[in-house]
Amino acid sequence: MTITLIFLACIMATLIFWLLKQTLNTQPWVSDAEADAVSGMSLNTNPQTIGLTTFLAVATSMFALFASAYTLRMTMPDWSPMDEPVVLWINTGFLILASVSYQWTTSVALKSHAQKIKLGLITSGIFSIFFLIGQFTAWQQLIEKGMYASSNPSIAFFYVLTAMHGLHLLGGLYVWARSVIRVSRDADAESIRLSVELCTVYWHFLLLVWALLFSLMIST
Amino acid sequence: MAFVAIADRDHEQEHHDPQTFLTKYVWSQDHKVIAIQYGGIAIFVGLIALGLSILMRLQLGFPNTFSVINPESYYQFVTMHGMIMVVYLLTALFLGGFGNYLIPLMCGSRDMVFPFLNMLSVWVYLLSVLILLASFFVPGGTTGAGWTLYPPQAISAGTPGVGMGIILMLVSLAVFIVAFTMGGLNYVTTVLQARCKGMTLMRMPLSVWGIFMATVLGLLAFPALLVSAIMMILDKTILTSFFMPAMISAGEQLSYNDGSPILFQHLFWFFGHPEVYIVALPAFGLVSDVLATHARKNIFGYRMMVWAILAIGGLSFVVWAHHMYVSGMNPYFGFFFATTTLIIAVPTALKVYNWVLTLWQGNIHLRVPMLFAIAFIFTFIHGGLTGIFLGNVVVDLPLSDTYFVVAHFHMVMGVSPVLVVFAAIYHWFPLMSGKMFNETLGKWHFWLTFLGAYSVYLPMHYLGFQGVPRRYFSMGTTDFLPESAQMLNASITVSAIILAAAQSLFFINIFMSLWKGKKAEKNCWGATSLEWLTPDQPPKHGNWGHDLPVVHRWAYDYSVPGQEQDFTPQTVPASEVPVGRDHGVTHESMLEEFQEK
Repeated sequence: MTITLIFLACIMATLIFWLLKQTLNTQPWVSDAEADAVSGMSLNTNPQTIGLTTFLAVATSMFALFASAYTLRMTMPDWSPMDEPVVLWINTGFLILASVSYQWTTSVALKSHAQKIKLGLITSGIFSIFFLIGQFTAWQQLIEKGMYASSNPSIAFFYVLTAMHGLHLLGGLYVWARSVIRVSRDADAESIRLSVELCTVYWHFLLLVWALLFSLMIST
Repeated sequence: MAFVAIADRDHEQEHHDPQTFLTKYVWSQDHKVIAIQYGGIAIFVGLIALGLSILMRLQLGFPNTFSVINPESYYQFVTMHGMIMVVYLLTALFLGGFGNYLIPLMCGSRDMVFPFLNMLSVWVYLLSVLILLASFFVPGGTTGAGWTLYPPQAISAGTPGVGMGIILMLVSLAVFIVAFTMGGLNYVTTVLQARCKGMTLMRMPLSVWGIFMATVLGLLAFPALLVSAIMMILDKTILTSFFMPAMISAGEQLSYNDGSPILFQHLFWFFGHPEVYIVALPAFGLVSDVLATHARKNIFGYRMMVWAILAIGGLSFVVWAHHMYVSGMNPYFGFFFATTTLIIAVPTALKVYNWVLTLWQGNIHLRVPMLFAIAFIFTFIHGGLTGIFLGNVVVDLPLSDTYFVVAHFHMVMGVSPVLVVFAAIYHWFPLMSGKMFNETLGKWHFWLTFLGAYSVYLPMHYLGFQGVPRRYFSMGTTDFLPESAQMLNASITVSAIILAAAQSLFFINIFMSLWKGKKAEKNCWGATSLEWLTPDQPPKHGNWGHDLPVVHRWAYDYSVPGQEQDFTPQTVPASEVPVGRDHGVTHESMLEEFQEK
């Protein structure tokens, strides 16, 4: 459980430190003209960003717990390291390309180039779909070799971790599809920019999670 | 980009306002309707769990008298009772119910920031409840693995509901977590980003603080339950060995290998212990506001109360293994977790002192909500003290599998939060409905509930000390138990039936008041917080009419010296009425006044 504890310690420490900073020197029982003028927003950003950040914390907690379970389970005698399919390296490349493409789309979204935004979004989506197809191929290769989830816990973890990561990417693709439709319908530039920015953060997050999970699996 | 509530966006207002019966009461995106939907579903499923507990008590009090209760069904009742009460009733009611109703109103917002997601949350919650209840009707019935669902027993032959029952339970939990996450994202974001002008974090009522921190805990802890549910479903369905060890069942070697049941316990309690505080923190917040309002006194040590909530939230993640002292884990862990358990008692005790000090010299009005709030202090101290016993390894080992534990967690996590639920419902009922409840009926409900709860759970401590084991369908012949233990069990059962029947008074009161109740005056308790200051009672869609409120003070300006009224609402500027300690009364003059009295 060390991985999870470290993650949670970081999150809770950040949150509590920030909240304490807000509360330490405050005396709410006396009048405070400055406080009267406070807008009621704790952070200088939009609620969608806060919502996404909170969701990423939840997803990180889940993946950290899976990683903790993985490291705990691998200490049992029946664990045997699995031979990861080579296609995973190619898939990793696709996910990196999707992330890079999203980053480029964010930069063009700042300049409100609708055609370029559309191009960037579609490219990012295609790379992401290639990644998912690649992951599915890896599953098929394992099944053809007779490596089922019940064969060994390392293989079972591979299926579970890739499935959970893939489900998160599918959820992202739903938002991606809505963004593409928005751009096609010439929605207002501000909402498109926000949508692209949030998708970019999400894709970077998924890339980071995949990099960590993949590293964990190939190193054990 | 500055956040503009949907209800404030003129061009979207028309689309957001409910137009039909369906959009107003069924597919509603209004946080107040969603809160009532959450509350209604939670109370409905809670009543089922209450019924199951009575069936269990009938067997324990009068063994083998009722043919419908056999060992299998008994364990199914135990399991469903526990899981429903902890997850589907208390978590959903405090966060989905009170969280939804109070956060936007107390923060001065029009609604939650993501209303559509909020609506989805309640419907997905209903789906999780339906999946859970469906497990009663599948072959083999619902799971009887105990609410902790420990493997290997939970998915091994011989345990009731080992077929579809356990699968539906795990799927239902996963769906519930999805629903909770949707709601939780809303609560956190609304508290952080959608408060009205002047509502600083430290001017928020403690109810909002409690619900906010509990939501943070839930968002971080529920994934542990999700992870364990997913892995156990796979162990059950496709024979992975995450948790299932190599074992022989009915003379046959199963295909499982070296899975770790302890791993499941770690994951389960990593969720399970924060879950205690997911239920407790909102209760702490709500009870603080009820106590301050009906004692006509500012909450004692507001800032410390906030810090205590934060400290409890942080520490709640490092105490989980005190539920596992008997699991065979490394004894050094036991020392660590016993220490952290004692440390978390410090901020918790601090809150208790502050509640008592809030009452001290207050102008206490013993109305129904206040009675329930004061009763909570009793039961929480009681349950908290027995928790200190069980937090210590050497005391826990002999008591762990006895009725002492049942008594402890029912006092601290069952009776105490339920008393707060009643306090809060009675307190905010006039706001929610615009009607007053019947005070006399409410007091009958209180006394029967309070005394009933004690007559059920106090004797259980003695049963525990005598060594009466929990989770047993029947005691059989035991040398170490005197006959009086069975008599005590019978008396507990009779008390439990009376206690359960007494709850009908609550429902009669609520329904009669809704139907024929006297119209409630606006702000009938003389409260200071924003929810009582809406232009309409009950508040209409959008809450605040044309203009959002502006806050000028904290939520606890009660009985400020020199003021005609014994409360000053949060929206009154300091130029009209001095804030809290700005009244010019010094410590010395107060001391003199006190000595004169």
